[in-house]
Amino acid sequence: MTPAVYGVLFVFLAPVFGGLLAGVDRRVSARMQGRIGPPLLQPFYDLGKLLQKQARQVNPVVEPLLLGHVFFMAVSGVLLLSGTDLIFIAFVFALAALFLVLAAGSVNSPYSFAGAERELVVLLASEPFFILMMAAICKVTGASTYAGVLASPQLVAVQLPGVLLAFLLVATIKLRKSPFDISTSHHPHQELVSGLTTDMSGRMLAYVELAHWYESALLCAFMVLLFNWSVPLGLLAFAIAYALEVLVDNSTSRAKWQLVLRSTWAATLVFSGGNVLALFLLSR
Amino acid sequence: MSFFSRSPWILHYDGSSCNGCDIEVLACLTPLYDVERFGVLNTGNPKHADILLVTGSVNERNIEIVENLYRQMPDPKVVVAVGACACSGGIFARAYNIQGGIDKVIPVDVYVPGCAARPESIIDGVVQGIAALEAKRKKTA
Ligand code: SF4
Repeated sequence: MTPAVYGVLFVFLAPVFGGLLAGVDRRVSARMQGRIGPPLLQPFYDLGKLLQKQARQVNPVVEPLLLGHVFFMAVSGVLLLSGTDLIFIAFVFALAALFLVLAAGSVNSPYSFAGAERELVVLLASEPFFILMMAAICKVTGASTYAGVLASPQLVAVQLPGVLLAFLLVATIKLRKSPFDISTSHHPHQELVSGLTTDMSGRMLAYVELAHWYESALLCAFMVLLFNWSVPLGLLAFAIAYALEVLVDNSTSRAKWQLVLRSTWAATLVFSGGNVLALFLLSR
Repeated sequence: MSFFSRSPWILHYDGSSCNGCDIEVLACLTPLYDVERFGVLNTGNPKHADILLVTGSVNERNIEIVENLYRQMPDPKVVVAVGACACSGGIFARAYNIQGGIDKVIPVDVYVPGCAARPESIIDGVVQGIAALEAKRKKTA
């Protein structure tokens, strides 16, 4: 198959993957709390319901911005798999998140606005890492595309264990897991009402969910980049990482934004930066 | 196909209750009853909610709040009054500041009796609320 076909497949399969992942997540979380939990397909039922429900338009820009959010999330995946430069992906990924911030910031609700501000903070916290990660992967493998990295004989995770460690931390932000889920308030947490999504109803909220499913799939694809010697191994690593995230999600309380920013920057600088620096010194 | 019966999201509002019914509502979320099995979520945000679960009666101060929450919920939506207070004012009915049951202010679809209402009957009320939700959806669709 050509890379372009993978890109198209991503558009259709990533939501299925993300939705199932969310379903497994909710069931596993429930079991951790001694409950049985919802059916595996619950996220799809929720999405279906949201699409059938009335969507209150708070202002005329929210919907286009949220559509932009979904679109660019999907596009980041398509570009990634169809062989675009990896560093470029990091920027498109950030752009997608920015659309969500704009949508949430455009409404009058103070909760939504506070959520938007916090989302900007976590973007600020995670973005430097993704750029550094992509640059480091390109440097180590000498390739700049997804297929190129997978074909490279260099084993990324072995060369970049620090980056892998920091990735786990930053993924907590992107997967919206406690203690770093400061901008939205996924159930059963109810801080800030619903944070970013406070003023979004019906299909607006469905767009946010859908974009998040794309985002999860994208993070999984990033994990495969780190374990580039075999795709199943990358998927397995993602499954283990996700299980860890769920455990942490269920056993920690939410952090303040200062801590989120400091810890992710420290991890980016110390683990990833240190890792890259060590490689540089060793190769001299 | 309708998804409302599989994913009813709930907003719980406490009027002037004694908190007895509220504790029973929260009990529904605990491992013993675990309403999330049926896709029920306790959202805390009127704009995401399908079912407004009210405990306690309305008084002079919270009329506006109850109306406001109801107005903010997108259609279709139903209201479930939980406990004697929410149904009719209960033991507080004659108090100077109490207006009466929730139906004095907003239309109520399901009345759950009891003081305090038991978790089983609250879940039953929600199930009947889902049926009402379906009926409303069909009417608007
Ligand atoms: S019905 Fe009884 S238990 Fe429930 S709020 Fe009223 S007084 Fe309390």
